[in-house]
Amino acid sequence: MRQAALGELEQTANQQQLDELRVKYLGKKGALTEILRGMGALSAEERPVIGQVANEVRAAIEGVISAKQEEYRKAETANKLRAETIDVTLPGRPVPLGSVHPLNKVIQEVEDIFIGMGYQVAEGPEVEQDYYNFEALNLPKNHPARDMQDSFYITEEILMRTHTSPVQVRTMERMKGEVPVKIICPGKVYRRDDDDATHSHVFTQIEGLVIDRGIRMSDLKGTLLQFVREMFGQETKIRMRPSFFPFTEPSAEVDVTCMMCGGSGCRTCKQSGWLEILGSGMVHPRVLEMSGYDPNIYSGFAFGMGVERIAMLKYGIDDIRHFYMNDLRFLRQFARV
Amino acid sequence: MKVSLKWLSDYVDVSGVAAEDLAERITRSGIEVDSVEERNQGVSGVVVGHVVSREQHPDADKLSVCKVDVGSGKLLQIVCGAKNVAAGQKVPVALVGANLPDGLKIKRAKLRGVESQGMICSARELGLNDRLLPKELQEGILVLPEDAAVGTDVVALLALDDQVLEFDLTPNRSDCLSMLGAAYEVAAILSRGVKLPEPGELPSTGSGRAADQVRVGITATEQCSHYAARLIEGVRIAPSPLWLQNRLMAAGVRPINNIVDITNFVMLEYGQPLHAFDADRIRGGRIDVRLAQAGERIQTLDDVERTLAPDMLVIADGERAVAIAGVMGGAATEVTAGTTRILLESARFDGGSVRKTSRRLGLRSEASLRFEKQVDAQAVIPALERAAALMCAIAGGRAADGIVEAKVGEPAPLTVNLTLARINGHLGTDLSAAEVRAIFERLHFRCELVGADGFAVHVPSRRGDITRDVDLIEEIARLYGYDNIPTSLMSGVTTPGSLTREQAVRRAIRNLLSLSGLQETTTYSFTHPSQIAEYPGLYGEARPIGLAMPMSEERSVLRTSLIPHLLDTAAYNRNRNVDDVLVFELGRVFLSDEAQPTKLPDEHWHLAVLLTGKKHSAHWSGKAEAVDFYDAKGILDKICTYLGVTDAKYTPIQPAGLHPGRSAEVAIGGGAGAGSERLGWIGQLHPALAEAKDLDATYVLEIDLGVLIRHADFHIGYRALPRYPAISRDLAVVVGRDAAVGDLLAKIKETGGDLLESVQVFDLYTGEHVGAGNKSVAFSLVYRHEGRTLTDEEVSKAHEAIVQALATTFGAQLRA
Ligand SMILES: [Zn+2]
Repeated sequence: MRQAALGELEQTANQQQLDELRVKYLGKKGALTEILRGMGALSAEERPVIGQVANEVRAAIEGVISAKQEEYRKAETANKLRAETIDVTLPGRPVPLGSVHPLNKVIQEVEDIFIGMGYQVAEGPEVEQDYYNFEALNLPKNHPARDMQDSFYITEEILMRTHTSPVQVRTMERMKGEVPVKIICPGKVYRRDDDDATHSHVFTQIEGLVIDRGIRMSDLKGTLLQFVREMFGQETKIRMRPSFFPFTEPSAEVDVTCMMCGGSGCRTCKQSGWLEILGSGMVHPRVLEMSGYDPNIYSGFAFGMGVERIAMLKYGIDDIRHFYMNDLRFLRQFARV
Repeated sequence: MKVSLKWLSDYVDVSGVAAEDLAERITRSGIEVDSVEERNQGVSGVVVGHVVSREQHPDADKLSVCKVDVGSGKLLQIVCGAKNVAAGQKVPVALVGANLPDGLKIKRAKLRGVESQGMICSARELGLNDRLLPKELQEGILVLPEDAAVGTDVVALLALDDQVLEFDLTPNRSDCLSMLGAAYEVAAILSRGVKLPEPGELPSTGSGRAADQVRVGITATEQCSHYAARLIEGVRIAPSPLWLQNRLMAAGVRPINNIVDITNFVMLEYGQPLHAFDADRIRGGRIDVRLAQAGERIQTLDDVERTLAPDMLVIADGERAVAIAGVMGGAATEVTAGTTRILLESARFDGGSVRKTSRRLGLRSEASLRFEKQVDAQAVIPALERAAALMCAIAGGRAADGIVEAKVGEPAPLTVNLTLARINGHLGTDLSAAEVRAIFERLHFRCELVGADGFAVHVPSRRGDITRDVDLIEEIARLYGYDNIPTSLMSGVTTPGSLTREQAVRRAIRNLLSLSGLQETTTYSFTHPSQIAEYPGLYGEARPIGLAMPMSEERSVLRTSLIPHLLDTAAYNRNRNVDDVLVFELGRVFLSDEAQPTKLPDEHWHLAVLLTGKKHSAHWSGKAEAVDFYDAKGILDKICTYLGVTDAKYTPIQPAGLHPGRSAEVAIGGGAGAGSERLGWIGQLHPALAEAKDLDATYVLEIDLGVLIRHADFHIGYRALPRYPAISRDLAVVVGRDAAVGDLLAKIKETGGDLLESVQVFDLYTGEHVGAGNKSVAFSLVYRHEGRTLTDEEVSKAHEAIVQALATTFGAQLRA
């Protein structure tokens, strides 16, 4: 019987057949049960022997059944999981992601570098008094340098600021002669330019100002070098060129190693290897005087950069108007770290 | 300023330095050289020819056949198409084998069967800027002066073997609006000497002193500090000699006649503008420099009749204004072909006055440009003498004896003191006294040593930009070389860097919204008045501030709301088939209560959000839903939550520009009761406006960040996690459709008191099951006590109280 049972069990293909065999051999009317039930008719000597044999047969059958059962369960689970298979290449459900405007991305980056160097971020009005925008910056009325930046006036004394420098003046006034002054001033500025690929009647500047005792032009150079290295990479070099701003003396234009070609020369840098990105200089003593700092005791430096220019170089953007047209196909490109 | 190296070499030796190198060194020393122009654009093998005869081409109406002598001993036959070619002319002849600009090479040719052994050239064919030539020479061949020697190389004759550096001058370096100024600059850079022009003796008219024939006076002493004149007689008006024309053309100035050319030449040489009057047309034998009379009129050289304002400076003779000082001469005293007596003016007018006048009249010239930047007081007389000498030498004039002049004071010579310590302290350098001194020598600044490390520097009058020590320090720095200044890091106390709270919040909101799927925009601050009218924004009562001189009406007033430009942004994108626009902007709006501002407007930082189209892009798993009011409100809720503002209260309003049934004013603070402050607006754009802009349903919100920050809570206080279980109960009630769910929630919270931990709206239903005019609202309430486990009875009591309160206040019935 054992042979027969094990042989039949071997042939089963599914849980149902297995259950049938269990009933056939081990059920209440099963073959083995019948044998055990018939043991009463046996002699006292035969009973333990047969009993033992019967139990061994039962154990063997049960063992095979449970092994088979485990096998079927596994197979069933595997089938179920197989049926649940999905296409992992289908697109994921979007978790919406927008982006900070590229100009603000650049501003935040510059701010963070200077905050790390101990600067405060200062702001001031976009509609300014002529005094703060020009006069206090050594640009009296009728000064020829006012030609450099044709302005949007509102009244004779009120205009859209043409640079963020008035924030420097306001900060110095507020500090009432205290040092050190260490600020950067980001913000929108306005000039009468026709909008084209390289001009915009509104654009963004970041200026910096430091005033303390014993500030030297070499400190300006060192500060800007540290900044451009953090901004554009540790290999970046700077080069200064004498220039003119009414509110600084000496004044300098600052070129940095072209980030497109690393200085070997390309179209962006007109083969020079350098890109002009900053204006800077030592604060003009007249500006210090007007804001309550004695130029014989204090000195300082100032610098300024155009955010659009930096963003255009950094991202390879060819038209300044993109920043203000807000074409989403443009803006979405900046939804990245 | 165009600086011809050939001309420059009259004053400073530039030999041994290539033009490109010189340009680079000038740029690196402070004056940007924009370009280096090679005057010879590729001309070789072109010589002066004499047109011996000119005949009509047998087979072509428009061609001539010329016999031309080029000094080779044999006449060349040349076919020419120019109308102005004539026998007897001297002309530039490109010989066979000659090269012309743009790679053109001259070959023997047959034109309509007639052989041509070369080409007679126009100015343009020689690469000259023919706009500087008279019309007749622009159209035809270039006719050379009669005295040009046959066979001479045209490159030498026209001084084309020259380079021109274009100086891009900053306003402080107006000293280099002159060849002499440029010469001093180049001399300093190259450490070389400067040679000044020598006017030489003037031949006398023998008719006595000029002062006896014309008197000069200055009435407007604030606007003119020096007026000097010479009387030149017997001049013959003619074209200038070629060398003079060549110089002017290299400088980009058009030759006119010998007298005008000389005034221009000397202006370019000294930076001192000059004016030549026809002395015979000066009435009353006198010149007065005075302010114009009200309504005084003058016809200027450009033949325009102009009315002058009383603060404009004029040159008047005994009867009338004959010139607008420093700006433009008058037609009545213009030098003409018949002029023989010249009154030559060299003066110093106030820069501000000239600038104002030239701007008001819209007349800007090379002269006004120089006066505006204040001319060198020490150049007035040398320039006058130089021009007088040239008029005698070139135009055959003779000078009446002496200069006639009037002067107001004498500019004091300027000496600036500085010390070596100051120089090195300012620059961070380690220069020696000898090095500094050498730099002043290169600049041709006389300097004396004072004490151990001091200098007294005599600043030449040509350098009006130098007034104090730092100006000299800049001169030292730029000639020492900015590249040689070391880099250092500031000593002194370290300072903590930071953003202000307001800046930090703006940044946080910017990041929050962009990471929530919104795109940040930046729009213009100027807008069209109609945009303010159609969407008055938060401040309907504010007056938009207008620009005095807008560039267009489109951008003529300052925005009072961010929304109009966001609507433009949505429309702009929609026109480009980008229909789903979820954007925001952080920016300032400008508010004033004055029609004509006397003080600065209030600048408020606003946040505006605009949503239109779908919430997200199409996805295979389901349909993308259109945005609605509650998406916009959800954004505002998120911002409020982020800033710890928990008491925002929404009140329906019906403002212009928004949907009257889908708009709310949002107030925060004061526990949503008294003391609350208007934060902003939220709503659906009025469908009429949306339609006008071709937009789908569009939702906007605009808030004042100042208000938000004022009520923000930046303190995070930990609360112990609950230790006792919560009991949840749901509640569905039927109320009138107009009942505000916000009011129901407030009532539930008020009634539930401390036991009610939270309440959520989880279902809203209108339809047949609740009867017309009704709605069913379902709430999920959570009860909990901090200190013990609540019993069922306690919760049931509290819950029943809420049901009662809703029934009493809103007529709410439990939904069956
Ligand atoms: Zn490059």
